[in-house]
Amino acid sequence: MKPSLAIRISIHALLLAACAITLYPVAWVVKTAVTPRQSFSPSPNPWPSTWSLSNFRDVLGTHQGATWLFGRQLLNSLLVSASVTIVGVVLACGAAYALSRFRFIGRDFSLRGFLLSQMFPGVVTAIPLYILLDHLQLLNSLAGLVLVYSTTAIPFCVFMLKGYFDSLPHELEEAVLLDGGTHFDAFFRVILPLSRPALAVTALFSFLTAWNEFILAATFMSRPASYTLPVAMQNYVGDFSTEWGHFAAGAVLVSLPVMLLFFALEKHLIGGLTEGAVKG
Amino acid sequence: MPLRLCESARSMATVTLDGVGKDHGKAQILGSLSFEIADGELLVLVGPSGCGKSTLLRCIAGLDELSRGRILVDGRDVTQAAPRDRDLAMVFQNYALYPHLTVRENLAFGLKMRKMPAAEIAQRVNDVALLLGLETLLERTPQKLSGGQCQRVAIGRALVRTPKAFLFDEPLSNLDAALRTQMRVELKRLHQRLGATMIYVTHDQVEAMTLADRIAVLRQGVLQQLGTPTELYERPNNLFVARFLGTPEINVVDGKELMQKQFMATLPDRAVKVGIRPESIHFVADGKPARVDLLEQLGWESLVHLDCDGVRLVARVSANAPTVGATVGFKIDDRALHYFDRDEKRL
Repeated sequence: MKPSLAIRISIHALLLAACAITLYPVAWVVKTAVTPRQSFSPSPNPWPSTWSLSNFRDVLGTHQGATWLFGRQLLNSLLVSASVTIVGVVLACGAAYALSRFRFIGRDFSLRGFLLSQMFPGVVTAIPLYILLDHLQLLNSLAGLVLVYSTTAIPFCVFMLKGYFDSLPHELEEAVLLDGGTHFDAFFRVILPLSRPALAVTALFSFLTAWNEFILAATFMSRPASYTLPVAMQNYVGDFSTEWGHFAAGAVLVSLPVMLLFFALEKHLIGGLTEGAVKG
Repeated sequence: MPLRLCESARSMATVTLDGVGKDHGKAQILGSLSFEIADGELLVLVGPSGCGKSTLLRCIAGLDELSRGRILVDGRDVTQAAPRDRDLAMVFQNYALYPHLTVRENLAFGLKMRKMPAAEIAQRVNDVALLLGLETLLERTPQKLSGGQCQRVAIGRALVRTPKAFLFDEPLSNLDAALRTQMRVELKRLHQRLGATMIYVTHDQVEAMTLADRIAVLRQGVLQQLGTPTELYERPNNLFVARFLGTPEINVVDGKELMQKQFMATLPDRAVKVGIRPESIHFVADGKPARVDLLEQLGWESLVHLDCDGVRLVARVSANAPTVGATVGFKIDDRALHYFDRDEKRL
């Protein structure tokens, strides 16, 4: 039965209110970013009274000697996040497929191991990882950060993809085997193309996790040229004063690539999340 | 019908099972089965759920490993061969069409896997499409097809490869009743046209009786009887087969009770149970009286449930069904009685 007009208006009013509550802090950050001051505005009005792009110019124009620091840090973030995504998804695909489809010695142990690694917050491992990276001479190196992030990204990706592979009927692979193919053919020609939504979701979450991570990057990276963007933003928070305008402008700039990625993958995201839920 | 496909599809083969068995842990799924499916034969494996018929089919396909025995296709031992090396095609219960590929790509998939030249692939796909009436559906994806069309594509995918034998795993069980009947007829016609070797698994005895050249009845992984539909219906090896085949089910009455209540004068030695097919009961004016307990009218025939001195029987009559509560006279055709011993084996 179609709900009455009053109910529909109430539902839309509630949804609008929820959107307003969610977007208010974002609007406030944007207001701080476009206001040419470095202090908090005491006004609750999220609409800026003066407009300026000076904070963005300052953040984007950060230099260290001849090095364009913001560009370098953006590149660091992109390289680390993209590498973690590629390493995570590629390695997890094979592992998740094997764990989903085959029974072998160590299968249950591997699954529990992956689960166990997800139970602890990343910061708990900061000190042992620091010592390890120091021994491997990977401190201040992007490769070291990729390695560290991958240790959390891979178990996450494995669980996400295994859940999706489990929902795909075994008969599809059996049909490939009878059609003259191998397990590799089944995986590459049927399972992977069918898993595009799950791959998109997994890739996006891996990218986001690496893109937003702060604590480990701040622990392992001590040179500004090695910083990722979240660590670089920390520089605007001083002991005695905080440059809120620069900080907000940086936050907006850091969010932009992620937002673009979300919009680009929106269709897959919704498909991926719902398909996994109803299949089976 | 395209002649080329018809000719090439005649690559028939015998399939021989030699002591085939399958265990799952300590549980025995299949005992030790030995029989041969002849060139161009349509053999139906039938039995209740869990009897091992699908497992046997999967073992023949190479999807499950055998615990013992051998499988030979055209005399070649394929027991250890991978599914792709057996040259068998299988039609699955849920179709197993590749959802991301069009009907044309689904049909061509197996041929591409076998590295067939593109021109020949296109030719064969078109031939099969024509044979199964899929010409207008070739560019659609499976999501845009009905259940019956999906099943046709699944059959086409098997057919296009012209394998040595076809394996069908309950291919019609996901279809509604009307479509099932239609597809059954189409399958029968297809088998008559192609004369290919087919092994067909079903739990539906009507499908088994109407499609099969021979039927193999399985129970708990053990072969109960192998024979033509008529043989199995008229001379069931045991009570299980007698009960499994026939709608409505055969009437099974205790032999002693029949004697006591003077249904019959004598009973063969060792006979414990007596099977009476519903069509062996005839209504006659001077027969043994029975009360009509229930009437099931099917239009072309009626099933009459009788209560005769505490013995319950079902009779099948084609016309003039009595009314519920009426008393009718009936007699049983003695020649059509089936006698079973204590172990439920036929005497």
